[in-house]
Amino acid sequence: MTVLRAGATCAGASGTCAELRLEGLGLAYGARWAFRGVDLIVPACRISVLVGPSGCGKSSLLSTLNRLDELQDARCEGRVLLGKQDIRAEPDPVLVRRRIGMIFQRPTPFPLSVRANIEVPLCEHGVRPAHAREERIETTLRAVGLWDEVRDRLDAPAQQLSGGQQQRLCLARALALQPEVLLLDEPCSALDLRAAGHIEDLILSLRGFYTIVLVTHDLAQARRVADRLALLWPGADGGRLVGVGGADLGLAEPLPDASATAYLRGERVAVAGLARTAMKSGV
Amino acid sequence: MRKLDLMLRDQALLGVALVSTLALIGASTWLVIDLLVTAWPRLGWHLLWQAPARAGRAGGLSSILVATGAIVAIGLLLAAPLGIAAAVALSEARSRWADVVRTSLDLLAGAPSIVLGLVGLLLFGDLLGLGYSLATGGLTLALMVLPLVIRFAEVGIRSAPAEQRAAAAALALSRWTTLRRIVLPAALPSLAAAITLSIGRALAETAALVFTAGGSDRMPTSWADPGRTLAVHIYDVALNVAGGDASAAAAAVVLLAILLVVQVALIVCLRCGRSR
Repeated sequence: MTVLRAGATCAGASGTCAELRLEGLGLAYGARWAFRGVDLIVPACRISVLVGPSGCGKSSLLSTLNRLDELQDARCEGRVLLGKQDIRAEPDPVLVRRRIGMIFQRPTPFPLSVRANIEVPLCEHGVRPAHAREERIETTLRAVGLWDEVRDRLDAPAQQLSGGQQQRLCLARALALQPEVLLLDEPCSALDLRAAGHIEDLILSLRGFYTIVLVTHDLAQARRVADRLALLWPGADGGRLVGVGGADLGLAEPLPDASATAYLRGERVAVAGLARTAMKSGV
Repeated sequence: MRKLDLMLRDQALLGVALVSTLALIGASTWLVIDLLVTAWPRLGWHLLWQAPARAGRAGGLSSILVATGAIVAIGLLLAAPLGIAAAVALSEARSRWADVVRTSLDLLAGAPSIVLGLVGLLLFGDLLGLGYSLATGGLTLALMVLPLVIRFAEVGIRSAPAEQRAAAAALALSRWTTLRRIVLPAALPSLAAAITLSIGRALAETAALVFTAGGSDRMPTSWADPGRTLAVHIYDVALNVAGGDASAAAAAVVLLAILLVVQVALIVCLRCGRSR
């Protein structure tokens, strides 16, 4: 894979890529908790995968990590430490989001050209001069395997690309800002199998360079890519973290919650409390 | 049997739709043909560059076209930036006051133009001392089309997908960049529609302008001069000038032609904007 940054170690803009530490994290929409009481350590430079049935608050949890929840009327409690800094307490969310990139379920290219999709954020964050931006655009497009496909149509509208290409462009756009952390919110679920496989390979190729948090409901994929697996389970009072472990979480040793164990083993399971908490974050 | 009923109903619906479409096309075609026939003796390129003579019975429309252009330009140059800025503010605002503003805008949009004309006369003509002038007319027109521009622009601005806004926020783009590079381009078709509709309303306006821009058909030399717009001219010649029918129809043909040009120009602009 193309090394995105100088050096073989995981060196972000501020030095090394740091671990994320979630302490007593919770998010409520009005009176309803999407999830609550989450304590979790996301190790640096590893792929941590968050799984759980839909409506358990996975996407909401992800949105608190780069403070996108602030775009909605939501209330957040607890702390998120990136290295030593509490990013929930940082006055300027822009500084947080520069260090933490995010990919969404549906590809979100801007209604601009392929080039401008990457160049606009680069300009915004002061990458100068122009040839430095050009270089960064090529490097990141190569890193996501898109360069050879789009090199002749960099000025064509990004929305003319296929779904898989769009998602890789979004990944390139996030990587171009050289974040330390990547948040991936079901990045494959809107894509066909081949494109999804491509994205999965890309995620694996980024292991060791970024602290990655992947949210998915595809258990098989979770087990394929995870260094760490965490299960968020819906409860009466919002989603709760019921198990954290390696990629084989729940297989050898059952979790205290029988239905959570059944879920992790791919069995059919009736999820209690889901109706009350089934509220998508909408981000 | 039931199947036959359904088929008949479908056919009947199709028939009704077809007849009403044809009726609509027929009515407007008839209108245009009637206008052209009435205007025929007076039609010609001289309309564009000759000054009106004998109260509009003879000559061209040069001074009237200049006054129309000036008033519409003043109105739009004020209303478009103000309206777009207001729409941005409204779409970003989360307070209850935004709804109050929207309701007042709807009221303003529904106000009869003759009332707006009186308001314009009092506010701009008397209070600001602009008198009967192109400036007073332009300001009054701006007041009139402002609600239209704001509501349309707001719809356009809201049409930018929430996902793209979230993506922009996740890339730590500022609100200004998000607005300029993502939201406004997505709103462009709505903005263009708003501008076209505003030009249409402005060109067609009579009541509000009789009071504010005056009715003089002399060539205006500054924004402080009074001037007569095409619509006011048509109204005056058709109603007050004996034997002015052909002249009024000719002016109406010119007005329709201008509207057509404006429409086509905007469509072309949008095409270019999109393919860029």
